Amino acid sequence: MAETTRREFMLGEGSGTGSGPQNVHVGIGPAHPAMHGIIRIATELDGEVIVGADVEIGYLHRAFEKDCEQGGWNNAIPYTDRLNYVSPLINNFGYASAVEKLLGIDITERCKYIRVIMSEISRICDHLTCVGASSMELGAFTVFLYMIKAREFLWELVEDVTGARLTISYGRVGGVKADLPAGFGDKVVRAFKETREVLDEVHRLLTGNRIFMDRMVGTGALSREETIGYAITGPLLRAVGVPYDVRRAQPYYVYDRLQFEIPTQPEGDNYARYLVRMAEMEQSMRIVEQALAAIPAGPVNVDFAGRPIDPASYVDQGKQGKTEGLLLVPLTLSPNLEGQQRAALRRVNVADKRVVLPPKENAYGSIEGLMNHFMLIMEGYGIQPPPGEAYFAVEGANGELGFYVVSDGSDRPYRVRCRPPCLPPVAALHRMIEGEMVADLIPTFGSVNMIGGELDR
Amino acid sequence: MPILAELQRRFGDAIVETHQQHGDVTAVVARDALLTVLAHCRDDAALAFDVLMDLTAVDYLKFPGREDGPRFEVVYHLYSIARNHRLRLKVRLDEDDARVPSAVALWPIANWLEREAWDMFGVRFEGHPDPRRLLMYEEFVGHPLRKDYPISRRQPLIGPAS
Repeated sequence: MAETTRREFMLGEGSGTGSGPQNVHVGIGPAHPAMHGIIRIATELDGEVIVGADVEIGYLHRAFEKDCEQGGWNNAIPYTDRLNYVSPLINNFGYASAVEKLLGIDITERCKYIRVIMSEISRICDHLTCVGASSMELGAFTVFLYMIKAREFLWELVEDVTGARLTISYGRVGGVKADLPAGFGDKVVRAFKETREVLDEVHRLLTGNRIFMDRMVGTGALSREETIGYAITGPLLRAVGVPYDVRRAQPYYVYDRLQFEIPTQPEGDNYARYLVRMAEMEQSMRIVEQALAAIPAGPVNVDFAGRPIDPASYVDQGKQGKTEGLLLVPLTLSPNLEGQQRAALRRVNVADKRVVLPPKENAYGSIEGLMNHFMLIMEGYGIQPPPGEAYFAVEGANGELGFYVVSDGSDRPYRVRCRPPCLPPVAALHRMIEGEMVADLIPTFGSVNMIGGELDR
Repeated sequence: MPILAELQRRFGDAIVETHQQHGDVTAVVARDALLTVLAHCRDDAALAFDVLMDLTAVDYLKFPGREDGPRFEVVYHLYSIARNHRLRLKVRLDEDDARVPSAVALWPIANWLEREAWDMFGVRFEGHPDPRRLLMYEEFVGHPLRKDYPISRRQPLIGPAS
């Protein structure tokens, strides 16, 4: 075929490729300022209208599922941090619970409450990021800054508990890494006060704002049938009026004891998704407040008369064989960074030597503790669930986050499958954007809240 | 186990095996009957499994006691919003005959999930409208989640021709 000249192409002259109506192919991404991760949308445009779209993913594939098969069962916890990196705590707990289901163990009461509290704080962070970033892409930069400010208060809480802001690795099979720090409840009260003020402000800025509504109302809509056919869960499913929430449908931890509502909207467009997310943040705060009021204290750390010593000198004395009597001395270990005191560890972890590392006093101070520690750490030993399979689902920030684990009875997972909650909406993205303007792609993609880490794994 | 009993009553020998480990209701289905069983699970009023929550595969090549048996299992996790129950269906496949009929006609999400399973395990989904890889690139050789694919294997970087 003859080469099409620029003039023929632009004006449709002649009989070459450019003659007559001609759709233009535009690749959006992989790196685009309004893409929340690396993803490519190959669009076919008729003027400004998207007539066809092909979504290409996989740019952030890091072989999560393959890597999980290489180490012990607890070694996969840091990898789960990197699935949905905006709410990593939920991934930690989801994976740990799947393994606990396989082992047939029930975690302690206090641990259940801690997992609920930390999951809900993560959910608020996730929704704040999603709403903030997508409003920024619509020009509301103020909202982004306000919401990131609120997220900062919540991340400080996360930092207090886990010692890290993002790669938290806080969950453990059989419990959590450490108990809540002292004064955590008061900090939550302060952080939630700030968050509520921000949400209130954002409501006044966005909800009903003419510019925002023009971009959000009616765009990116998906019908109820298609949403279900695409297995979409979470805020996007609730935005078509289906009140499905794993926390309510199949309650885990202590969600059945807490009062909360499941916000739904009937329209299924971007604006409905925004409203659902805004309402869910308030519900999450309600859950955290109730959980903090109801969390059982468990045994209190008794203060002995002996002098508290720091871990380093404890280990030094242990090396000299001077450990006799030391077991009675309360250690001042930071619950986050160094390990756990005995009492705190028992509050939040199951008393199961096959699964949970012994308290650091025991590991450093007695041969039984040391052996117990090594039996869990050494290759070929460690946690060994019986052969079998289990699927456990939690409500992630984007919907049902499921882990399907298969054990062959060894100390390594035979197979770990993560059901990523944001893959279904991205798979359905082309249905949401086809027939709409290119500009509508931006709020739609924002409301899908694609998280590359969890999408590509 | 009413779900399993109902499936066994209706499909008889097509239900190869059932179990209820850790409360997860599971049935192993013969490949020839897979689409019929899936369609029945979706459309039957008492089962009403309207959501294909997950579709994945497991390579049993190195599983103790199953080294010689069917190598792959394709695993379907179904959920019913109306009935609030779950079901896991599995199909066993031999290595030299790793094909299953595609479920795209039943659930649109099967499109991407089956592409991923093909990409990662090399299981063919017959009748799939768009059988491309999902996560890896087209030039990638092999199927990384197979147990005989070593994790240390490196493949040449590809990119736009310079």
